[in-house]
Amino acid sequence: MALAPAITDIEQLKEHPAIARLTAWNASAIEGVKFDRDELTIYVERGALREACALLREDSACPFNFLSDITCVDWYPQEPRFEVVYHLLSIPKKERVRLKVRLNSGSPALESLTSIWPGANFFEREVFDLFGIRFTGHPYLRRILMPEDWEGHPMRKDYPVEGYR
Amino acid sequence: MAHMTPTPVLEPGQDRTMILNMGPQHPSTHGVLRVLLEIDGETVVRLMPDIGFLHTGIEKTCEAKFYQQVVPLTDRIDYLCPMTNNLCYVLAVEKLLGLEIPEKAQWLRVLLNELTRINSHLVWLGTHAMDIGALTVFLYCFREREEVLKMFEMVAGQRMMTSYFRVGGVALEPPLGFFDRVRDFAGYFPERIDQYENLLTGNPIWLMRTKGVAHMTAEDAIALGATGPTLRGSGVDIDLRRDMPYSSYEKFQFKVPVSQEGDVFARYMCRVQELRESVGIVRQALDGMPEGRYKADAPGIVLPDREKMKTQMESLIYHFKIITEGFNVPAGEVYQAVESPRGEMGYYIVSDGTAKPYRVHMRSACFANLQTLSKMCEGRLLADVVAAIGSIDIVLGEIDR
Repeated sequence: MALAPAITDIEQLKEHPAIARLTAWNASAIEGVKFDRDELTIYVERGALREACALLREDSACPFNFLSDITCVDWYPQEPRFEVVYHLLSIPKKERVRLKVRLNSGSPALESLTSIWPGANFFEREVFDLFGIRFTGHPYLRRILMPEDWEGHPMRKDYPVEGYR
Repeated sequence: MAHMTPTPVLEPGQDRTMILNMGPQHPSTHGVLRVLLEIDGETVVRLMPDIGFLHTGIEKTCEAKFYQQVVPLTDRIDYLCPMTNNLCYVLAVEKLLGLEIPEKAQWLRVLLNELTRINSHLVWLGTHAMDIGALTVFLYCFREREEVLKMFEMVAGQRMMTSYFRVGGVALEPPLGFFDRVRDFAGYFPERIDQYENLLTGNPIWLMRTKGVAHMTAEDAIALGATGPTLRGSGVDIDLRRDMPYSSYEKFQFKVPVSQEGDVFARYMCRVQELRESVGIVRQALDGMPEGRYKADAPGIVLPDREKMKTQMESLIYHFKIITEGFNVPAGEVYQAVESPRGEMGYYIVSDGTAKPYRVHMRSACFANLQTLSKMCEGRLLADVVAAIGSIDIVLGEIDR
């Protein structure tokens, strides 16, 4: 039941196709990396996300051409409060990579990925609905699971499980 | 969804079009899906799915439960494939814990998972055919589904909300006679698939309603995040059971059916062939079922045997502690994906080192697959919308969570 410690040193992980591609493009876009439980996480600088995804999608050696999932984690009351999590899959190479963007609590906003993967549409709407993160450039950013007239964002940690009474 | 404001609002783009509201109460929307359509005569100009009517905040509820208490919540997401959801969740927690599972438990999980796939595909086939107008198939499919549900009842005591998989293994040893019953079923089921195919595959009405209908290219399917038979029906060869194996799937031989056409018929053929492959996997699991324990030897995480709990103080203490305090999971995060009957079912779990998950996110296959509906239907006939919805195999419980 022994877990190997997480690797956070980028030098040890630079062989990985996703990291190699991103460092070759713009090393300052990577804020950090983590390799834990056989899963790779790359922390991407907020402004570079869209371009980084476009690059990873078109990479010739290992194209991460499939967007599996977008979600968010709320670390309230810490700052930066939100972590938006992207899971990419490479269908030809059967590889996964997780991209993360950290956001502060004051009006959190991020560029939409709908121009790269139209399938990001519903996922981003869900994150907007449940966490209140705005995606700029999204074609139809409205609530998807909660009623249109709902107040608050239920998946935030300061939102009580029973809801507001 | 809305109880006061009618949302979303679709305005007709031109003078000659009109807005048609389909659902949420409509026999072919399989639950409560509302589809807004802008139509020009019989042709669909725009299509917009409206979801959320079944949203119960399961992800939020998970954050207030112990890890083992989340298992019963996971079957309620997708009531047609409870075991697949159980499996995905327990695999993710086991990955967080770094827990090794005995081989017998892994094989049992594979066996039940494939029975679940058969169960789910049978409901899909029956209702999909009924939507299109072939009423008979429904009765045939539910005859076999009943048998699968009885087998679930044997192992789990429940027909639908099984919660049979636990962190560290399965809940109980399968009862006497279970394997014989499964073997019986695996023996006659391929013949039954022939019966369904006799009713549909060569049927000219079925072909007219499905061939060339709701077409989608591979590029569109990938860009829209489609997975499972919806993606494989468009010619993309990926199946997580084969390509990123979990729970000893690498020890089984099976083919991954792929069709190139990308229409309703292609997706139908993929699923029907998957039924045959699943029976093959069930047979392999029965023949090669290893001996050994059905749960891991991990006191403090796995509940002790009932007998030991009543006779040994140590076990009683562990039992009490697991039930009242749960077990702590080392901090970290994992994304575990399995191939559910509908596509990639993924659980993203974040642990902060306590006994309750900090965040549980379910990547639902239908949620992403539903986005392909507009692509499939726009510019085509209104009557084909029903065929397209059926061919995605949606389960609204999983979409809304």
